[in-house]
Amino acid sequence: MIATVGYYEPWWIQIIKAIVIFAVGLQLVPIVLLAERKLLGRFQSRYGPNRVGPYGALQPLADILKLLTKEQFRPSTSIGFLFALAPIISIVTAVAAFAIIPFGNTQDIFGTKVGLYGLDVSIGPLYVFAFGGIAFYGIMLGGWSSGSKYSFLGAMRGAAQLISYEVSQGLALVGVVISAQTLSLTGIVIGQKGMWYIVPQFFGFLVFLVASFAETNRAPFDLTEADAELVGGYNTEFGGGRFASYYFAEYLNVLVVSGIVTTVFLGGWLLPFGIHPPGWVDPFVVLGKMALITFLFIWVRATLPRLRYDQLMAFGWKVLLPLATLNVLVTAILVVATH
Amino acid sequence: MPATLKVDGWNPGEDVIEVTRAPAPGPAHAAWRTFVETVRGLATTFGRFREAPTTVQYPEQKTPVYPRFRGRHKLHRFEDSGLEKCVGCSLCAAACPADCIRVVAAENTPEHRVSAGERYAAVYEINLSRCIFCGYCEIACPFDAITMGHDYELSDYDRTDLIFTKEMLLAEPLERTPLRNEGE
Repeated sequence: MIATVGYYEPWWIQIIKAIVIFAVGLQLVPIVLLAERKLLGRFQSRYGPNRVGPYGALQPLADILKLLTKEQFRPSTSIGFLFALAPIISIVTAVAAFAIIPFGNTQDIFGTKVGLYGLDVSIGPLYVFAFGGIAFYGIMLGGWSSGSKYSFLGAMRGAAQLISYEVSQGLALVGVVISAQTLSLTGIVIGQKGMWYIVPQFFGFLVFLVASFAETNRAPFDLTEADAELVGGYNTEFGGGRFASYYFAEYLNVLVVSGIVTTVFLGGWLLPFGIHPPGWVDPFVVLGKMALITFLFIWVRATLPRLRYDQLMAFGWKVLLPLATLNVLVTAILVVATH
Repeated sequence: MPATLKVDGWNPGEDVIEVTRAPAPGPAHAAWRTFVETVRGLATTFGRFREAPTTVQYPEQKTPVYPRFRGRHKLHRFEDSGLEKCVGCSLCAAACPADCIRVVAAENTPEHRVSAGERYAAVYEINLSRCIFCGYCEIACPFDAITMGHDYELSDYDRTDLIFTKEMLLAEPLERTPLRNEGE
């Protein structure tokens, strides 16, 4: 499963990597959370949170503290075991997917070669989709085990939505994989040395981006949550730490998708115009590109209203899927013709 | 300009409403329209993003009120003699639609003169938790003894604290509300 990288990473490097991912990588979530609320505010001509700490910087901390000190409420109609398990599935899959995003080229740290990623899996995109598929159990079980009609409706919508959009999302990446001729994410980045895949795979990029909005349950595809008609969808009955887990997983998913878009379409740690900065700049380049995509996510959320359910399905199956398929077909023909 | 409709010599003139036709049919048009409208929406929100927020940071900044704003009541004294203007006639209580004013009058005596008239208000209470700030008391008062002030920050932790007594209404209130200037 681990890609043949041609060097050996000692066990202690792996442990340090895990710690770094948890200690640094996951700290991005509160930042995204705050950024979303601040930016949404600005998009709506208001300030957003600005009372807790300087410029509202401690708002996520206050939110988390409030959620963690709340009672773990459980409706009497819920199924206890699954009710507790579902948020855990959500958060575990999100963190697992985060592990494979490459933040830079392999570096020499203390005389050992280290890849700036949790794991370079030889099936990169498939790994993401696999965990995306399991993440959907988090939503599905959460909504179902709540024993509430609203939650159940939200979960069912989520199930249908995730299944339809995962197809297009996967197909959108196939074009890139054909061009790069590898499934390893670092390999895909290195394959973009000449030109980022956003240019030759522009339609793939568009389809992937739109499908990602649906995969992360973000506006305008947030039908699983749909505050107006479903109260809160699958997480209606969740409170306290469990709700925090769902919330955390949602924002981590946004980060993961930004990371995948950065890696696959925006050239990862590569910079255009032949600029080759020293290795320690790489993570910041990746983070900068991820911030751009995350900004786009927030921007779209501030702009577009929620789709009607049948529109969502029609759009997924009648527009995105044919586009993605056509993209794969054309790419395949071009690759065969030029090789 | 749409073609002018002419039916049997009837000419509606210039008041013809231009009918916007439905969008062109077809999936290609629909896709293009969706894309263009999405981009237009994104441009609109980005325009808002670049502008400064319009929020008034309330506890620090306050929107100034107009001079005729009807806030918390004030009772007045004569500036020269210091006597209360209120003579305890209860016209304000009679005018009050919310029935929130209670006046108990007492006779002025030469030793104990409180107001300029024959009687004075021994008890004057306004229950601000019932007051609807209509200003009828102000209109009803024949001596301009009660007026509506500008203060609107009246929340409290206890309902009984919202029953304002005569001393509280007579006291020179803390001016907590900025007044709107001419042309503001």
